[in-house]
Amino acid sequence: MKSAVIVFPGSNREGDVLRALKQAGSQVEKVWHAETELPKGTDLVVLPGGFSYGDYLRCGAIAGRATVMDAVRAHAARGGLVLGICNGFQILCESGLLPGILMRNANLKFICHRQFLRVERNDTAFTRAYAKGQAIDVCVAHGEGNYTADEDTLKRLEGEGRVAFRYCDAQGHVTPDANRNGSMNSIAGIYSEKLNVLGMMPHPENLIEDLVGGTDGRGLFESLVSSFPRAA
Amino acid sequence: MIRNDVAITPELVKEHGLKPDEYERFVNLIGREPTLTELGIVSAMWNEHCSYKSSRIHLRGLPTKAPWVIQGPGENAGVIDIGDGLACIFKMESHNHPSFIEPYQGAATGVGGILRDVFTMGARPIASLNFLRFGEPNHPKTPHLLSGVVAGIGGYGNSFGVPTVGGSVGFDKRYNGNILVNAMAVGLARTDEIFYAKATGVGNPIVYLGSKTGRDGIHGATMASAEFDDASEEKRPTVQVGDPFAEKLLLEACLELMKSGAVIAIQDMGAAGLTSSAVEMGAKGNLGIELDLDKVPCREEGMTAYEMMLSESQERMLMVLKPGMEKEAQAIFHKWGLDFAVIGKTTDTLRFVIKHQGEVKADLPIKELGDEAPLYDRHWVESPKQPVITLDSVTPPMSEAEALLKLVGSPDQCSKRWVWEQYDHLILGNTVQTPGGDAAIVRVEDGPKGLALTTDVTPRYCEADPFEGGKQAVAEAWRNITAVGGLPLAITDNLNFASPERPESMGQFVGCLKGIGEACRALDFPVVSGNVSLYNETNGQGILPTPAIGGVGLLDDVTVNASIAFKAEGEAVILIGATAGWLGQSIYLRDVCGREEGAPPPVDLLAEKRNGDFVRQLIRSGQVKTVHDCSDGGVALSLAEMAMAGGIGAKITAVPEGLALHAFLFGEDQGRYIIAVAEDLAADILYEAGALGIPAVTLGVTGGDSLILPGKQAISVKQLKAAHESWLPDYMAGKA
Repeated sequence: MKSAVIVFPGSNREGDVLRALKQAGSQVEKVWHAETELPKGTDLVVLPGGFSYGDYLRCGAIAGRATVMDAVRAHAARGGLVLGICNGFQILCESGLLPGILMRNANLKFICHRQFLRVERNDTAFTRAYAKGQAIDVCVAHGEGNYTADEDTLKRLEGEGRVAFRYCDAQGHVTPDANRNGSMNSIAGIYSEKLNVLGMMPHPENLIEDLVGGTDGRGLFESLVSSFPRAA
Repeated sequence: MIRNDVAITPELVKEHGLKPDEYERFVNLIGREPTLTELGIVSAMWNEHCSYKSSRIHLRGLPTKAPWVIQGPGENAGVIDIGDGLACIFKMESHNHPSFIEPYQGAATGVGGILRDVFTMGARPIASLNFLRFGEPNHPKTPHLLSGVVAGIGGYGNSFGVPTVGGSVGFDKRYNGNILVNAMAVGLARTDEIFYAKATGVGNPIVYLGSKTGRDGIHGATMASAEFDDASEEKRPTVQVGDPFAEKLLLEACLELMKSGAVIAIQDMGAAGLTSSAVEMGAKGNLGIELDLDKVPCREEGMTAYEMMLSESQERMLMVLKPGMEKEAQAIFHKWGLDFAVIGKTTDTLRFVIKHQGEVKADLPIKELGDEAPLYDRHWVESPKQPVITLDSVTPPMSEAEALLKLVGSPDQCSKRWVWEQYDHLILGNTVQTPGGDAAIVRVEDGPKGLALTTDVTPRYCEADPFEGGKQAVAEAWRNITAVGGLPLAITDNLNFASPERPESMGQFVGCLKGIGEACRALDFPVVSGNVSLYNETNGQGILPTPAIGGVGLLDDVTVNASIAFKAEGEAVILIGATAGWLGQSIYLRDVCGREEGAPPPVDLLAEKRNGDFVRQLIRSGQVKTVHDCSDGGVALSLAEMAMAGGIGAKITAVPEGLALHAFLFGEDQGRYIIAVAEDLAADILYEAGALGIPAVTLGVTGGDSLILPGKQAISVKQLKAAHESWLPDYMAGKA
C-alpha cells in the first residue's frame, strides 16, 4: 500500500503517523501542502494532527482550502481512502469531505489523556482488525474536539452507520464521564457516505508500542494495509 | 557622524535601569556622551538579566566539565554527548516577571524562548519541562495566574509540537507577588552538526530570519532586572506575544538551512533582541558588526533605531551566512513563509555600528559591551543557622493515617493532573514515562537509548539553610533520574532569588551556589547551562530562594526502567537508605503541625551516591521495576503514591526500634528509595545492600486495596486517590 501524508505548515504529528504506517507495512511519502497532485499510485491520503497555519482562524479552516486539498477531494471522489486525525479531522470537516464541525472542548481547555473508544463497526477498510464493540485504548490531545452537527446530520450519521468511534470507558460503555470534550452522541470519529473517508479526533498513531503505553492503535493501520493486496 | 538629538539626563539614565556609576563607566568607556540608541543598547547589555553582574563571580565556582560535556555554560544551551554520535542539548530559563504581569503570554514566550535556544544550536526539541511556583492558594490572584500560565505553556508547546513531559507545581505565600515560571527544553542533534554563536570571517552577510520586528517587549530584560511594586502591571506593554506557529516554521526552516551548510553562526533573538544577539556573535568571534536597520523587516511603520534595537519581538533569529549562499538560504525561508533579509555584515573593526536612514545611530566597542559590563561582588551575609528540631518536641496532632490523607490532598502534594493534562505529553510517540512519576523518560529516536528528565528544588530547605538546600536540590534531581534507571549526566540551573542588593538574599544566593557546586562535584553531575533570575521581590518581600535544577540522565536501554507504581501483589517493600526521622522543615511539620521551622535534613553526598548507584544497578540488572524516592512527606507519602499509581495497597509492619512512628513515616531524611520486588529476590537484595554497608530494611508487603500503616491504620487506595485527585480541580473550579 502507498500512503501520502500531507504536511501543512504547522502540522506536527506527521512523523507519528508516518511511523505507524511504516510499522504496519505501508510505503509512505510526505506531500507538501502547496502540491497540486498526489504521488502516482496513492492508495491512502492521511491528514495528520497539528495546528495547520497555526489554527488562528477556525481549526482547519485555511488548510481545508489549501491547494493540495483539490487533489485530496478528487482522490476521495474516486473512492480513494482518506484518514484525518485530530487537526486532520477538523480539516476534513472544513473542506466539505465530512459533515459537522469540531467546537472548543466542553471545559474550554486543551486536554491530553488516554481515552477508550468503542469501535462501532468493523466492516470498513479502517477497522477490520478490530472486533465490533471493542473498547480500544488510545489517547486524545486537542483543544477543539467537541463534535457538533445539526439534528438532521446527526440522524443521517447514526442512521447510515457512519459513526466510526465513540468515547467510552474501559468496559466499552458510552458514558457522559467518558465523553470529556462534550461531543454530540459521544462521537469520536465519523465516516463519509461511502465509508472511504474517516475523520477522528483521537490518536491511534501514538499507541502502537507497549513501551509507550500500548498497541491498541495498531489495528487501524493494520486494517488499512490489509485492505490492499501486497505489491508484487 | 554620531548626533544626539535627545539629551541624556540623569532621569533618562535611571529609567534605563543604570546606576549613576554604571553610566559613568559607560561614558568613560566610549569617551563621549552616548546617543539615545547607545544608551538603550548598553542598558540592555548591562542589566542583570544579560550581564549576570551580581552573579558572575559566584557562578565561576560551579563545576562545568566532564568527559561527556561538549559545551558548558556560555552558549545558547548546554551540550552533552550521549553516544552513538548524538548530543543532548538542553537549558532551563525563567520568565517570571512577564508571567506575573501577563500569565498566558509570559509563560508562552518563556517556552518559545527556551525552545529557540535549543534549536538555535541545531537540535530538534524532543521534550519540554517546567518548574512553577505560585502564591498561596487563597491569594486572590493565584487561580488566575495558575490557569493563565498553564494555558500559556500548553498553548505554545502543544502547537509547536513538543511533548511537555514533566515539571513541578507548588504554592507558597512568598510567591504571592512574584510567581516563578521556569521552562526547560531538551533537544537532540548529531555531535558533528552543532551550531554556535561565534561569528567568523570578515565581510560575511548577517541575516535576519523569522518574524517581523514590532514594538513589543521593549525593555523586557530591563524589567526582568528590577523588583516589582504595586504599579508593575502597568508594565504589561513590555510583555511579548508568542506565535508558536511562526516558531514551528522557524524550527523547520533553520534545521533545513543548517543541513545546507550555509550557516556559519547563529544566535536567537531573545532578551534584548537584536542588540544582544548581534553583540554576542561579534564579540565571541572577535569581529565587528555593522547593521543597516533600513533592511530590518518591521511589523509597524516608523520604528526608530532605538525601538528596533530593543524590541523583544519573538520568533526571530540572526545568522552569519557563508558568502554566496544567500539565495539558497532565502529560498528555504520563503518556502516556509518567513522573512529573510541581509541586514549587515561582519567587519574587522571590533565596533558595533548601527545605521538607520543614512545616519550612524550607534558606534560602540563590541567586546567591551560584554567584557566591560559591571561586575559586582555584592555584600552578603550568611543565613542564620536554624536549630535542629528534636523529635520529642513534635507531638502528633492526629493519627498517622489522618495526617497522610491530609497530605496527599494538600495543595503541594496533590496530583497535578489538572495541569499536565493541558500539555500534550504524548506527541512524537516517545514518551515512555508520563508526568506523575519521579522523572520523565523519553526514548531517543527509535531507541534503544532513552533520556530521564526532571526539575527539582525544595525552596523551604534553601531558605532554612542555603548550603544544604542547594545540595539537596541537586541530589534530588540526581535521585529522581536514578529512580527510573537513568545515569545522571548533567544539569541546567535556573537560579531564582530576591534582590542581590539585599545582603540577606545575596547570602542565600551565595550559599545555595556553594551547595549546588559541592553536590555537582560529588555526584559527577556538572552544570552545562543555566539562567539567573534576581530581583524576584515585591515591595521589599522576596521569594523563597529557589534554585531550580533541571536534570538529564541516560538510559542505555530505555526498555529497562522503573516506575513508582506497585505492579503486583505479594511483593516485598524495601526501604533503602538510613532513616533518622528528620522532621525539621518537613512537610509534616509544616502542613500537619503548622510549624515552619528547624534545620532542613542534611544531605550526605557519599551515602547519596552509594545508595543511588545501588538502586540503579538493581534496575539495570532487571531485578527491580518498582522504585520511588523519598522526598516531601517521607516514607508515608512515597508509599501512598506508589499505591495510588498501581491501584494496589500494601501492609506496612516494620518500624525501626526507638523511633516514633510519625517521625519514621514522615521524616524527610535524604538519599532514600523505596523499592518493591518479588519476595524471592528480597533476601538477596538485603544481603547485597548489607555487604555494601547500605541500610536496607523490609517495610512490609504489597497487596489488597488499602495502605495499612503500622498500628492497623488502614486507608483505602480509593480514598487516597479521591483526596489526591480532587484538590486541584476543585480549587480551580472555586470549590476548594
